[in-house]
Amino acid sequence: MIQLDEIQRRLLREVADLHEVPEGAYNIRSNSRSAGRQSTANIEIIPREEGNGLTIRIKPGTKHESVHIPVVMTESGLKEVVYNDFYIGEDADVVIVAGCGIDNCGNQDSQHDGVHRFFVGKNAHIRYVEKHYGSGDGKGKRILNPVTEVYQEEGSSVEMEMVQIKGVDDTNRTTVAELGKGAKLVVRERLMTHGEQRALSVYDVRLNGEGASADVVSRSVARDRSYQKFDAKLLGNAPCTGHTECDSIIMDEGRILAVPGLEANDVDAALVHEAAIGKIAGDQLIKLMTLGLTAQEAEEQIVNGFLK
Amino acid sequence: MLELKNITFRVRDEGEEKGIIHDLSLTLPDGKLIVITGPNGGGKSTLARLIAGIETPDAGRILLDGEDITGWSVTQRARAGIAFAFQQPVRFKGLQVIDLLRLASGKQISMGEACDYLSRVGLCARDYIDREVNASLSGGELKRIEIATVLARKAKVTLFDEPEAGIDLWSFQNLIGVFREMREDMKDRSILIISHQERILNIADELVVLREGQVTCHGQREEIMPSLIGTASAVPDCRKGQTGEGGERA
Repeated sequence: MIQLDEIQRRLLREVADLHEVPEGAYNIRSNSRSAGRQSTANIEIIPREEGNGLTIRIKPGTKHESVHIPVVMTESGLKEVVYNDFYIGEDADVVIVAGCGIDNCGNQDSQHDGVHRFFVGKNAHIRYVEKHYGSGDGKGKRILNPVTEVYQEEGSSVEMEMVQIKGVDDTNRTTVAELGKGAKLVVRERLMTHGEQRALSVYDVRLNGEGASADVVSRSVARDRSYQKFDAKLLGNAPCTGHTECDSIIMDEGRILAVPGLEANDVDAALVHEAAIGKIAGDQLIKLMTLGLTAQEAEEQIVNGFLK
Repeated sequence: MLELKNITFRVRDEGEEKGIIHDLSLTLPDGKLIVITGPNGGGKSTLARLIAGIETPDAGRILLDGEDITGWSVTQRARAGIAFAFQQPVRFKGLQVIDLLRLASGKQISMGEACDYLSRVGLCARDYIDREVNASLSGGELKRIEIATVLARKAKVTLFDEPEAGIDLWSFQNLIGVFREMREDMKDRSILIISHQERILNIADELVVLREGQVTCHGQREEIMPSLIGTASAVPDCRKGQTGEGGERA
C-alpha cells in the first residue's frame, strides 16, 4: 500500500504524469525508501542488496508494457546515489518513465544522483522519459546529477526524452551511449534554467557499428542569471550517421556555452553539429503583440512553444 | 474610421536624419477596401507600421473612431481592433499553426473553425494545422498562414503589407478571392492593403498614391486608376514574378 502525502503526489504528477498507482511494473522511491513496487510477468524489478537501487529485467519479446520508477524527495538535507540497471531483452518494445522531483523547504541541500544503465538487446526498442522538477522555498539547493549509460546491441533503438523545466538549482547530466551495428539513438532534451541555476549536459555517443545512427537535439532557455553548458561529443567509429543540435534562447543575464565535438574515425562516418544561441527575435515579439498579446505574454508563448 | 493627422516620421541613418513620412494626413472610412500604392521607397510599409504601432511618429496624431491612439502600444492597438499581416511573416520554432490561429482569434477555437481559416487561404487544413511555423514551411505557405491568422482576428481595421509578395500565381488568385469575401462581410470594418499589383488595385473602393512620404493622390478607384495603369504603382500580373522573394517551393 502506497502512503504518500500531497506534496509527494504533486511531485509524482510533475515528473511522471502519475495521478495514481501506475499500471504495469513500477517502483516509487520516496525519501530514500521504496514506497511501493510491482513486477509483472514480463518485467521483474529486483532491489539491489545494498538498498541503493534496482535491477530491472525485461523479458525478450515483451511488447506494449511500461516501467515507472519515479523518485520523490521532500526531506531537506537528503543526499543519495542510486544505481538502476535495465536489461532489455531481444525484440522487446517498452516505455520506461523515470524522473525525480525534489521539494526542499529546508536550509540544507537535497541531492539525488541517479545512475541508470541500459543494456538494450538485439532489435529491442525503448522509449525512455526522464523529467526533473524542483519546488519548495527553502534556502537548501535542489541538486540532481543523473548519469545515463546506454549500451545498444545490433538493430536496437532508443528514444530518450529528457526534460528539466523548473526548480532544479544545480544539475550535472552525463549521457554515454555505445551503439552497435544498425542501432539507433534519438535524444530530445528540453531544459529551462532560471534564477541562479546551473545546468551542465554532457553527451558522449560512440557509433561503433556499421549503420549506427544518433540524433541528439537539445532545446534550452536560460533566464535570469542562470548558466548552461551543452557539451555533445559524437564519435563515428564505423560507417554511420550522427547529428547533434543545440538550439537555445538566452534571456535577461542568462549565459550558455555550447561545445560541439565530432570525431570521425571512419571515412564513411557522416557527422553534423549545429548550434544556435540567441535572444528572442524582436519581430517574433511584435508579431504576437499585433495579435493582442502583451510583450510578456508573447515571450511566454514563444518560450513555451520552443520547449514544447 | 481611421484618421492620420499631420504624421511625420524620420529615421536616423549613420548619424543622418532622413524623412520617410512628411506631414501626411489621410482619412480611411469604415466599410471600404482601400489600397495604398506608389513607388518603392515611398513610405507605404512605414505607414502601415505606424498605424499598427510598431513605429511611433515624430509628429502628428492617429485616431481610431475619434480616439487618439498615437501613444498606444502595439498590444493596445491590436486589442482595439487593428490587425496587421506582415510582408515577411515571422517564423517560430515550436509554435504550431493551430497555436497562432488560437492566439489570433483570442479564444480556444475549435479545430473545425481553425481548418476553415486555412481552407480560405487554400491550404489543406489536415496537412497544416499541426505544423510548426518554422523554416520547414516555404515562403508561400508561410504567407498564406499569415493571412489566415489575420482573418481569424476579425479586426475592425485589417492592414496587409504587400500580401502578394512571395506568393505563387494560384495563391494570388485565391488571395483576390479572400479580399472579395472579406469585403462582402465588412459593414463597419475596413481593409487597408499596401500593394502595387494592378489586380489588387482593381478591387479597391479607394486608392491612395504615396510618393516620397506624401499622399499625391486619393480618391475613388474609378477616378484614379486610369492615371496609374502602366506605371510602377499598378504592376500587371505578368510582371509579378519579378517580386521574387520567398516564392513557393516546387
